[in-house]
Amino acid sequence: MFSRDRWQEIFQTIRKNKLRTFLSGFTVALGILIFTVLFGMGNGLKNTFNEFFMGDATNTFFIYPGSTSVPYQGFKKGRRIEFRNDDMEDIKKDFAMYLDKITPRSSKSLLASYKGESNTYSVRAIAPAYHEVEKNIIMKGRYLNDKDIKDRAKHVVIGRLVEIDLFGKSESAVGKYMDIGGVMYRVVGVFQDDGGDNDERFIYMPYTTRQLLDKGTDKIDEIVLTYKTEIGYAGAMAFDASLYRYLKDKHKVAPEDQNGIYLSNTADIVQRNMMFANVLQLVVLFVGIGTLIAGVIGISNIMVFVVKERTKELGIRKALGATPASVIGLVLQESIFITTIAGYIGLIMGMGLLELIGNNFKDDYFITNPGVGLNVVISATLILIFFGVIAGYIPARRAASVKPIVALRDE
Amino acid sequence: MIEIKDLHKSYRMGSNSLHVLKGLNLSIKEGELVAIMGSSGSGKSTFLNILGMLDEADTGEYLLDGVPIKNLNETKAAKYRNKFLGFIFQSFNLINYKTAIENVALPLYYQKVNRKDRQEKALKYLEKVGLKQWADHLPSELSGGQKQRVAIARALAAEPKVLLADELTGALDSKTSYEIMELVQEINDEGKTILVVTHEPDIAQMCKRIVHLKDGVIVEDTFVEQVRASQYVQ
Repeated sequence: MFSRDRWQEIFQTIRKNKLRTFLSGFTVALGILIFTVLFGMGNGLKNTFNEFFMGDATNTFFIYPGSTSVPYQGFKKGRRIEFRNDDMEDIKKDFAMYLDKITPRSSKSLLASYKGESNTYSVRAIAPAYHEVEKNIIMKGRYLNDKDIKDRAKHVVIGRLVEIDLFGKSESAVGKYMDIGGVMYRVVGVFQDDGGDNDERFIYMPYTTRQLLDKGTDKIDEIVLTYKTEIGYAGAMAFDASLYRYLKDKHKVAPEDQNGIYLSNTADIVQRNMMFANVLQLVVLFVGIGTLIAGVIGISNIMVFVVKERTKELGIRKALGATPASVIGLVLQESIFITTIAGYIGLIMGMGLLELIGNNFKDDYFITNPGVGLNVVISATLILIFFGVIAGYIPARRAASVKPIVALRDE
Repeated sequence: MIEIKDLHKSYRMGSNSLHVLKGLNLSIKEGELVAIMGSSGSGKSTFLNILGMLDEADTGEYLLDGVPIKNLNETKAAKYRNKFLGFIFQSFNLINYKTAIENVALPLYYQKVNRKDRQEKALKYLEKVGLKQWADHLPSELSGGQKQRVAIARALAAEPKVLLADELTGALDSKTSYEIMELVQEINDEGKTILVVTHEPDIAQMCKRIVHLKDGVIVEDTFVEQVRASQYVQ
């Protein structure tokens, strides 16, 4: 296998049969190239998916009120349910063992302006715990804190793009006063978010301040809470069920009424998303296997052709004293050598192409940072080599066992 | 050198069986130059294939240099072919992408001779057939006669006990044929045992013994006065 003479013999065959070498090498290189690129694209799709859906906290419930659709305990149907501060307090008290953070969230579209610039933004009234939910990153200043809530301070935290829109690129918004819906607020912090542009055009203010401005109401629009991750998926589902029942009971909504109160549970969504991600992974795998099979068929065909073409030569070699083992070895070693080199070339080219694509397809085709694990590609190449060997072995063995006289008769 | 006793061979053709060799007996001593003649279908090619271990007899005995040739597996047959026999074919059977010297060196490669010795020996035999200066040419750049000389050099390079030539002049014009036969006679003069299968009487007359095959049996086996090929070659 490793004798120098054998290698010289192989290099000579390769040199003298360039077309044949090129054909088999090309098939393998193309197979690996396509495999790498497709698999990489698939991974890129998955990356985008992860970025979109996995960025925010994944242990979150969103609870918002609706209108009842079933009459219950003397109330007519169509009654609007409203949440108040005490709902939050009750949840805090009664579900302490599940609950991690809880915050209200009320959104309002308001005109915000600073000096000459103005624009309409979604202004969210929240508690500091909301920071955990959105996973915003503070660039400058600070997030809202408990003191802001207690003092009902006119403080806001603004998104990076809000700052750019209103304050320009050079000016820092922190410490400045801006007008939001006719009230002056002091900017205490600027945040960024990797969830995309929309997430950076929010303005956050203390919910207590909003309530104060709304004539001292204690109404809240939505409740957002996170649960302790250690309770797991089953725990989250149990929490979901008992909290839903608890709130319906408290607000006198019929147990079977699906419209009085809505509870959306990211644990469920995450579970669904994970399933979707797995399906994506499966599709990617399927594509990969398909490509490999195509490659294997290609290399098999070429091996059959190569052996057929060499039948006479192999017959001559046998008449001159080549043993069947040496004939098979010669054919296979050559094919393994070509496959390995070509596979390596395909791999490098595929990786290069993926590198080139980079994030250029991100916006149009949802492909983020496509790439393949080196071990995946190497195993793919090994599989191709393995099948190339099998595909070559069968005809090579037949060629080796044909009596030389039969092979030589083929004029 | 070669002992053949009661050799039978038949081929199965569908449900029929074709009896090709019907009990051959032949004894060839070292240094003989034997022509095997016969019309097509006489079984001469089959006989040569059996002698060349390219095919196996059904029954009978075949001794080559005292070694019984029987029940050979492919690997063993390959070793024996390499050690005992040199082949010369009508269609030369050179490997077309190898130069003359590489073709001649090929049997030595299968004898596991090292590279340097292979080159030396191959060149020596090319010189013997008068093609030293053509050593680095491909078969496609050689004439028919030159190709056959390369094939003869290749057969000689392995230093076999017996040379088997199958219609070695069949693809050559008569002038070239005589030149090749002259070379064969020279090699035989040096003591090499050579079997030539031919259907050309003038080629057969250049051997020392003529064996006639007809319908699978030897009908005639005569020692003849050898016609030297050199008289036809200017």
